[in-house]
Amino acid sequence: MTLEVRDAVVRYGAITALHGISFEVRDGEIVTLLGANGAGKTTTLRMLSGLHGVSGGQILFEGQDVTKTPAHVFTTLGIGHVPEGRRIFSQMTVEENLEMGAFARKGSTTDDLERMYETFPILKERRKQLGGNLSGGEQQMLAIGRALMGHPRLLLLDEPSMGLAPMVVETIFRIIGEIREAGTTILLVEQNAAQALRLADRGYVLENGRIVLSDAADLLLTDPRVRAVYLGEGAES
Amino acid sequence: MGAFGHYLVSHFSTLRLEFWGLLVGGVANGLIYGMVAVGYTLVYGVLRLINFAHSEIVMTGGFTSYFVLRGVIGTSIPNGWATVGVLVVGMVAGGVSGAVMAMLVERVAYRPLRRRRAPQLAYLISAIGASYFLFNLAGKEFGRVLLSVPQPYINHPIFSIFGAPVQLYYLVIVIASVGMLILADQFVGRTRLGRGLRAVAQDSETASLMGVDVNRTIALTFALGGALGGIGGFLLGLGTGVVYTMGFVPALKAFTAAVLGGIGNLRGAMIGGILLGVVESLSIAFVQPAYIDVVAFGILVLVLLVRPTGILGERLGRAA
Repeated sequence: MTLEVRDAVVRYGAITALHGISFEVRDGEIVTLLGANGAGKTTTLRMLSGLHGVSGGQILFEGQDVTKTPAHVFTTLGIGHVPEGRRIFSQMTVEENLEMGAFARKGSTTDDLERMYETFPILKERRKQLGGNLSGGEQQMLAIGRALMGHPRLLLLDEPSMGLAPMVVETIFRIIGEIREAGTTILLVEQNAAQALRLADRGYVLENGRIVLSDAADLLLTDPRVRAVYLGEGAES
Repeated sequence: MGAFGHYLVSHFSTLRLEFWGLLVGGVANGLIYGMVAVGYTLVYGVLRLINFAHSEIVMTGGFTSYFVLRGVIGTSIPNGWATVGVLVVGMVAGGVSGAVMAMLVERVAYRPLRRRRAPQLAYLISAIGASYFLFNLAGKEFGRVLLSVPQPYINHPIFSIFGAPVQLYYLVIVIASVGMLILADQFVGRTRLGRGLRAVAQDSETASLMGVDVNRTIALTFALGGALGGIGGFLLGLGTGVVYTMGFVPALKAFTAAVLGGIGNLRGAMIGGILLGVVESLSIAFVQPAYIDVVAFGILVLVLLVRPTGILGERLGRAA
């Protein structure tokens, strides 16, 4: 088991964002978290990276309790996080951004950089440019490449298709599939539910900080409740 | 020609020979401002906070080097290679104590506020409190009179620029500060830890996702700025002696220099420092020396009015 979350509670001051959610991600899976804005998807990922403290419950990564682990340790443990909005270091070059992904790791990064430039040829062309000058799609690739530089065994992806043109979205999803083929387990948060479910093995649906539905991805794709709310179809269809 | 024109001409003719002397003194002073300014600009770049206790880090460097030198050479006057040894010992003492004190201030006055997500104003009050505490403590412990630092043979002119004698003291300042400024610049721009520091300055949360320990990086930032400030304190003490209030005016001018160059910008702080030192020094040709501080802070107000972001006006992340 890669990841196991048990009854996790997250609070922002007086507001409870996650009311004791439980889910799991098995080795080699792509699992997607669906839900409306404010349902708690991003909070869940931030909790898994130690950016939000947990006020109840337990998080196990590869059997190890990481509930109280501080944020900067997660990359060393093997969890990579591609944050919402990409969060590129805009004043650093593309190459420096990639190097930052390997910050906590000892040893040379030359081979990894080569690998990233093979996966994302556009980043090689842009490697001396500042991150802030890239297009949205290029920034998304950079954010993914940066996370991969840390050699994650679990990759957390937060809205990778947000604000991107359909063709770029296709590319990003193809790359996510390739990352899984290469052996990395993936937890994917997406607004684009249809596309996410087509790629994923399983999915969970979050509503107001609670998991209300979980199933195999292909079953969720045909589930009338999911179709009505997240796939933009009327309730009658 | 008006009265002011006559005034200018007469002053230039009488002071022309002194121009080079003023310039040398101004550059030397400016380099010290620049070194102290780096502390302000680094901390601002990382935390968006003006560390108003930085003046006391300068004071700490001054006093520590004073006591260490007193212990090492007593009241004798070293010369030759012993002078070099004394200067190195003084710099190390100033730099180390400055770094330690800066980290201590961060730990005691700022980190608890960070943990509680206190508003920006709380940091300012905490900084002023730390500053008052430290300089009054120094005043009580070490007396409130100026103490002369053991003087190595530094007032000896070693060469001249266009007839203006350059004392060894100025040469020491130039070598020490230029060396430290280059070191700081390269550290932030080229090393792994420096890259972590820039990452925290740009986006501390994402930096932590990359495995950067933000608290440690902040401590490192204070230590780096504190080391430069402490060495600045040693160099100031060497010239004018040490006293519990010695940090106040130079640090305020260094802050001016940091704003002048663009707060948050490492190279801006250095350029701002040199510029302020030179303008201030050359202004002696026009106004009485007593007005020198008026000129310095007049410049601050002018810069803020005309170009609020300073000369280079970029962020620390850009320091590479």
